[in-house]
Order: sequence, then C-alpha cells, then structure tokens
Amino acid sequence: MENQELIAHINEVLADEFEIEVSDITPDANIKETLQLDSLSLVDMVALIENEFCVKIQNSELPTIQSFADLYAFIGARMSK
Amino acid sequence: MGIYSCLGKTLDEVKTSLYTGKSGIVFDPVRKEMGFRSALTAKLDEPNLKGVLSRNQRVYMAEECKYAYAATKDALDYAKLDLDYLEKHAVGLLYGNDSSADAVVKSVDTMREKKDTTLVGSGAIFQSMNSTVTMNLGTLFKLRGINMTVSAACASGSHAIGLGSLLIKWGLQDIIVCGGAQEVNPFSIGSFDGISAFSARESEPTKASRPFDRDRDGLVPGGGAATVIIEEYEHAVKRGAPILGEIMGYGFSSNGDHISSPNVDGPANSLKMCLEQAKMNIKDIGYINAHATSTHVGDTNEAKAIYNVFGDQKVPVTSTKGQTGHEMWMAGASEIIYSMLMMKNDFIAANLNFENPDEDSAKLNIPGERISAHFDTFLSNSFGFGGTNSTLIVKNL
Repeated sequence: MENQELIAHINEVLADEFEIEVSDITPDANIKETLQLDSLSLVDMVALIENEFCVKIQNSELPTIQSFADLYAFIGARMSK
Repeated sequence: MGIYSCLGKTLDEVKTSLYTGKSGIVFDPVRKEMGFRSALTAKLDEPNLKGVLSRNQRVYMAEECKYAYAATKDALDYAKLDLDYLEKHAVGLLYGNDSSADAVVKSVDTMREKKDTTLVGSGAIFQSMNSTVTMNLGTLFKLRGINMTVSAACASGSHAIGLGSLLIKWGLQDIIVCGGAQEVNPFSIGSFDGISAFSARESEPTKASRPFDRDRDGLVPGGGAATVIIEEYEHAVKRGAPILGEIMGYGFSSNGDHISSPNVDGPANSLKMCLEQAKMNIKDIGYINAHATSTHVGDTNEAKAIYNVFGDQKVPVTSTKGQTGHEMWMAGASEIIYSMLMMKNDFIAANLNFENPDEDSAKLNIPGERISAHFDTFLSNSFGFGGTNSTLIVKNL
C-alpha cells in the first residue's frame, strides 16, 4: 500500500469508529484530543489498528505515538517489516 | 413511566396495543437456523441512539441498556426530572436485570479466536456484567443516590420496584428510578430453549403465548425495558410531579423448593404478605395482573395460589404475556405499567388466547376478551427461577 493510501485508510477507519470527520484529522494533531480518547477508548483505538492493519501497539509503545503523523509512521514501519 | 416494548415505544402506543389485543410475537428464522427448538420471540428493534449519545457513551451499552435508556429517558421526562435536577439531588436507581449474554458470548468468541484480550474492546466488560443497565443509566443520567441491579430471575423488575418503595418508606431516598430490562437476542435464551421451556406452536406465533389456557405448551420469550419513577408522596407534590399511583404493598417469598418448578405455597405467601403490608383486604383489589407465562406447571400453581388467597372473590385476573410473551427480567416492571395504563383508561385487556380453561384456571375470573372495568387498585405478581416471588399492590391516584 502506498503511503498516501495507507494514511487515507487510517484516517478513514479512525474517523468512522470515533465519529469525527476525516477533515478533522491533520498529521500534527494530537490523537487523544482529536478523537476524544480516554483511557478506555484508547484501548479501542489499539484494537482497531490491530484488527484493521494487523499491527499490535504494545502499551510500552503508546507514549511514543502522540500525533497522527507518529501513528502513520508506526503503522507504516511495522507493515513494511 | 416509560416503556420500550413489543407493544410499543410510547405509553400511548402500548395502551392502544393493550386495548386492541395486539400480539408482539413472531417467528424468527434466524433462531431456527441456530438450532432452536422454538423460533418464537417477541419482535423488538433496538433504538438507534447514534446522534443521541456519543460513541464513547454508546460503546458500554449492551442491547438491554439501549432499551432501558429509551424507557428511562421517557420516564424522567414524564416525571419532570431533567439532568440539572438529577445532578443536584441524590436520585436513586434500582433496576432489574439478570443477564447480558450477547456481550459475554461475543467477547468470549473474540478471545477464543484471536487469543488477544485487547481485541474484545473497552466496552465488553461494561456490557457483560449483570449490572450493565445500572452502570450505564447511573452514568448517563448523572444519578447520585443508590445505584444497584436487582437480579432475581423473572421477578427482578418487580423486586426492584418493591425494594425501592421500602427505601422511600424508610426515608432513605426521595426519588428512585426503578425498572427492568431484558435482552431479546437469541444467545440470551438459547439455554432456556434447551430445557423445552418455550411454546412449539411455531405455525401460529400470535397464538403461542396463551396463559391459563388448557392447551398452552410453554412460554414465548420477549423483552425490552420499562421504567417507573417512584417518589415520596409529599416530595412529589411539592415538586409538582404528575402522580399516577401509590405503591401500597410489597410482598415477597422464596419457595425453598425446586429450581425451575414453582409451587403453590411460595407464591401464595407472597400474595398474603403483600396484602398485609398494604393493609388491604381481597375485596380492595380490582384487578390481578398474573405472572402466568403460559407454562403448564407455572400457570396451574399460580391459579391455585390466587384461588387459595382470593377464593371465590372473582377478581378479574389476566396475564398480559399472551400479548408480550414473557419479558422476564423486565416483566415485573412492564406489567406495572400495563396495569397502570389499563387502570387509568378503565379497561382490562384480554387474556389473549384464553379459549378454554383447565381445572384450575376455571376457578378464576379470566376474561378472554377485553372488558370495560373501572378499578382503583391492582395486584401484580412476578415469580422467578429458584423460587423467588414478588407481589406489588398499586392504588390509583
């Protein structure tokens, strides 16, 4: 999957699950603030990424993923392995 | 009062369904494909709460919570209780619920298939517990008083109201949101079907639930949710709340007998205790809403218990389950609402499908057709597996 396609796909599934507009998502935006995630719905985001992209985000890795750009990079890197 | 049932989603719709004798029972082909002995069920669509509640509120709600939310929202509106009031006062919550099978099955399926607990999602635990309804309603409506689920099988909703009335009587709460909820999905009652508890009259779904009738062959599962707001009388007067009736008595007992087969003495004791608590005589009761679920033993023993207590008084007795099927954890609450609607509108709905009495039901006054009747006090029975019995008496105001 090309990078832009991957980003569009990630944005689409996140917007759909957390009921926001895709246009609300920008690379530098904070994920928790944009998706209105608390400690519980953060689990749902991790599960969504795992189900959709077969990429498991470990708890210890979560602090490194703050922005959408961080998330795109994390998923992209894992999928290319 | 607020209700979400197979007879309607508003009090007016339900009243009309009771009046016209509408049946909410259908044949569900999905259940047949799943291997059910009986594919009969009440038909109920889930309320669409998207746009009403946020994703982060809905994700914790099991099926029965959605019904309970709809019923409770309407009941609170009816009682003139808004979120501002609820946030500032210690309003309680006692709701009957005794399963949340669909959520449990789905999360276990995910764990078995994926072998990764994260993938069950954050909602699973809050959807899976018996207290899912009270967890969600307490949070959504900002309730600050007692918050507890009453799990007492098919008497859950009735006990919730009865226990609530005691807390108010003892001065511990001014207002309590009471009710009962019941999931309708196939997973919730597959094991019930497995013990042949359901009517097999699949060719005639609307005739399958026939309480007290000689040819009954089992119950039909139903569900939804029903909410009644109970309040200390003077408090309700001062608040300007619409006051519909007064809970006069709450009786209860346990059979201490077989786990599924009811007896006669247990229910009779519940009836007697309720009359004593209400300081009422059998002549004061204008209508009895029976628990009768359309099972052989259950209806027979309830008929005997009612006859033991009421003798030849010939109070009209009906079971609304001929129309609704057995609403189980919800039934004790919904049947208070059905009875209230009849009492307020001067009629008693037909005991649907009561065509021929048996030896015991012949001793009772069971109208097979709707009758016009003015009454100011009714008694409602609810009995459950394990031999739990609950009886309520409500007076018109």
